[in-house]
Amino acid sequence: MNIHEYQAKEMFREFGVRVQEGVHCRSVSDALAAYDSLGSEIVAVKSQIHAGGRGKGILYNPESGEEVMKGGVKIAFSREDVEEFSRNICGNLLVTKQTGQEGKIVNNMYIESGCDIDHEFYLAILVDRDRKSVLVMASTEGGMDIEEVAEKNPEAIHKIWADPSLGLRDDDCASLSDSLGLSGPSSKQMIEMLNSLYAMFIEKDCSMIEINPLVRTKDGSMVALDAKVGLDENANFRHPWRDEVRDLSEEEDVEIRANDLGLSYVKLDGNIGCLVNGAGLAMASMDVIKLYGGEPANFLDIGGGATRESITAAFQIILEDENVEGILVNIFGGIIRCDMVAMSVIEASKELGLEVPLVVRFSGTNHEEGKAILDSGEISIHTVSSLSEGARKIVDLIGGDS
Amino acid sequence: MAIWIDEESKILIQGITGRQGTFHGTRMVRYNTNVVGGVTPGKGGQEVDLDGCQVPVYNNMKEAVSETGADVSAIYVPARFAAAAIHEAAEAFNENGGGLIVCITEGIPTLDMIRAVDKVNEFEKVRLIGPNCPGIISPGLDGGCKVGIMPAFIHKKGRIGIVSKSGTLTYEAVAQTMSVDEGQTTCVGIGGDPVSGTGFIDCLSAFEEDPETVAVVMIGEIGGSAEEEAAEWVSENMSKPVIGFVAGSTAPPGKRMGHAGAIISGGKGTASEKFAAFEKAGIYVARDPSEIGQVLVGALIEAGLRES
Repeated sequence: MNIHEYQAKEMFREFGVRVQEGVHCRSVSDALAAYDSLGSEIVAVKSQIHAGGRGKGILYNPESGEEVMKGGVKIAFSREDVEEFSRNICGNLLVTKQTGQEGKIVNNMYIESGCDIDHEFYLAILVDRDRKSVLVMASTEGGMDIEEVAEKNPEAIHKIWADPSLGLRDDDCASLSDSLGLSGPSSKQMIEMLNSLYAMFIEKDCSMIEINPLVRTKDGSMVALDAKVGLDENANFRHPWRDEVRDLSEEEDVEIRANDLGLSYVKLDGNIGCLVNGAGLAMASMDVIKLYGGEPANFLDIGGGATRESITAAFQIILEDENVEGILVNIFGGIIRCDMVAMSVIEASKELGLEVPLVVRFSGTNHEEGKAILDSGEISIHTVSSLSEGARKIVDLIGGDS
Repeated sequence: MAIWIDEESKILIQGITGRQGTFHGTRMVRYNTNVVGGVTPGKGGQEVDLDGCQVPVYNNMKEAVSETGADVSAIYVPARFAAAAIHEAAEAFNENGGGLIVCITEGIPTLDMIRAVDKVNEFEKVRLIGPNCPGIISPGLDGGCKVGIMPAFIHKKGRIGIVSKSGTLTYEAVAQTMSVDEGQTTCVGIGGDPVSGTGFIDCLSAFEEDPETVAVVMIGEIGGSAEEEAAEWVSENMSKPVIGFVAGSTAPPGKRMGHAGAIISGGKGTASEKFAAFEKAGIYVARDPSEIGQVLVGALIEAGLRES
């Protein structure tokens, strides 16, 4: 789960991480009031969406599709600038390299006091899967894509790891600060900031904190000019406050609904719907469809606790996608019994008036009973015995090139 | 022989009186797994009926391990208590000669797992499998040892080792070995979380040392770089043939595909990188999991372990 920059900075303030003064706004008049209250002549007007690349993004009018403005983050030098930029941002569609072509409507803005930048750094805290610990990564090349830095100038990236029980070591923090070329009060502030951010990472159960850029100002202060924070959803149970910072408009409506039903769904661009148990098998089913010339329309894992209700809902979600021309059901019964799935499939196809071709592959627990149920029903369902055969069959039925 | 568990293993179930614990405990006993007890705090002294077998319940792992001499624990407790259950099991096993912890639970916070794995690593003789995994099974001649939620009946004792990040895809791999008339020594589901205990290399190295295992099927998925590291290990250390598949060739970047760890981030962790690493390491690659059986047969023939 991601949160907006303005929410992340609120969290930073709570943990004593230095940020510029700023105000969350939802309209042009909010933005002007914010400008007046900040008392800084130069401010940044920042679009708030969960995707990155905002600065280099382009804003479009969502109705006409016309380009409105280049750049989702603008520096305003006057009240008039603030008015113009916020009008161009608010309610318009921001397309960045991370949003994809469809872009995101900007409903939130952040107006932030400007600052005198001396140098831009990069700082991130994340989970290192290989070392099974929390990693702090920093670079002297701020404002750039970290992947790009990693490729072109890997020696500019410095890393330290936290001890799972002791946290960050003072000497590691000091050497990280040194390797960034910081000294005096800047170094002291950097070390404090590392400790504050690590405390926040642990206390708030973050999955990532990224600050790009982290700046040293002309007076030597270290300031988080940007803030990207991801939260580990597995820890939601101990953070009830997350309901309030969650922005549902940033998530796919259908993915939220699926999630509430215990399904895991991701929409893709193809035309063959998939309904599978298990995440790995669900991915493999998509892969095999593609291997035999088809295009999967979705990832869908019905999970180990699927019921008739959730399977019907899963069909419903697949069929809401207008691109879907056929469905492949692939179940390897373990806890889930194939006969239960078979009955759910029949019920769902009756209830939803299923018209597209349906191929079902059962294996594992009660697969024979399941197949018998499908074969004896009046609905035309193609039963197959392997994933390969199922993928070939559905591709063939919808007239693919295989 | 098999790796880590066999018919002699003595199993405890943490969370035995819960719905999941009782449900899967019953199926473990039905497969002739030697379940010697269980733990539910506050319910010590009771007994649980698992398929007609009366199993004692203890209040904590220390008591359970010292009373029963168990060397394996299966954790079926809810996510918010699971990390504490791992800590408890690790300490109890450490004081009693070591043991294997198999954590089935899904949805444990990552930071909890970092601390739990760190705890387990303190103890040389304690191993953790999972979390968020189907468990581990070593088929025997009459049933066998099943520590987890996999359907036991699809397995048969044999000579192939299986290791996988995914649950149902492990079953698919098992079915593939069966379709070419090969059984399994041990099947390990290592789970799809970003931070977990036993990894591919631990399993591969155990299979390499196991005299009964002649070949290994390894199933990976997108996210992280465990597959690449395993491939490198294989090319340097493995004498037995390895057959590999990676799920997620069609997964879009930046989207979590069901498993917490199954995500391509910053262009890293793609299936094509992993397949390429497999090929470079001389791993026999199946692009379609339904072909694992055939690829396995080819590998066995090449190694002189099968005629046709």
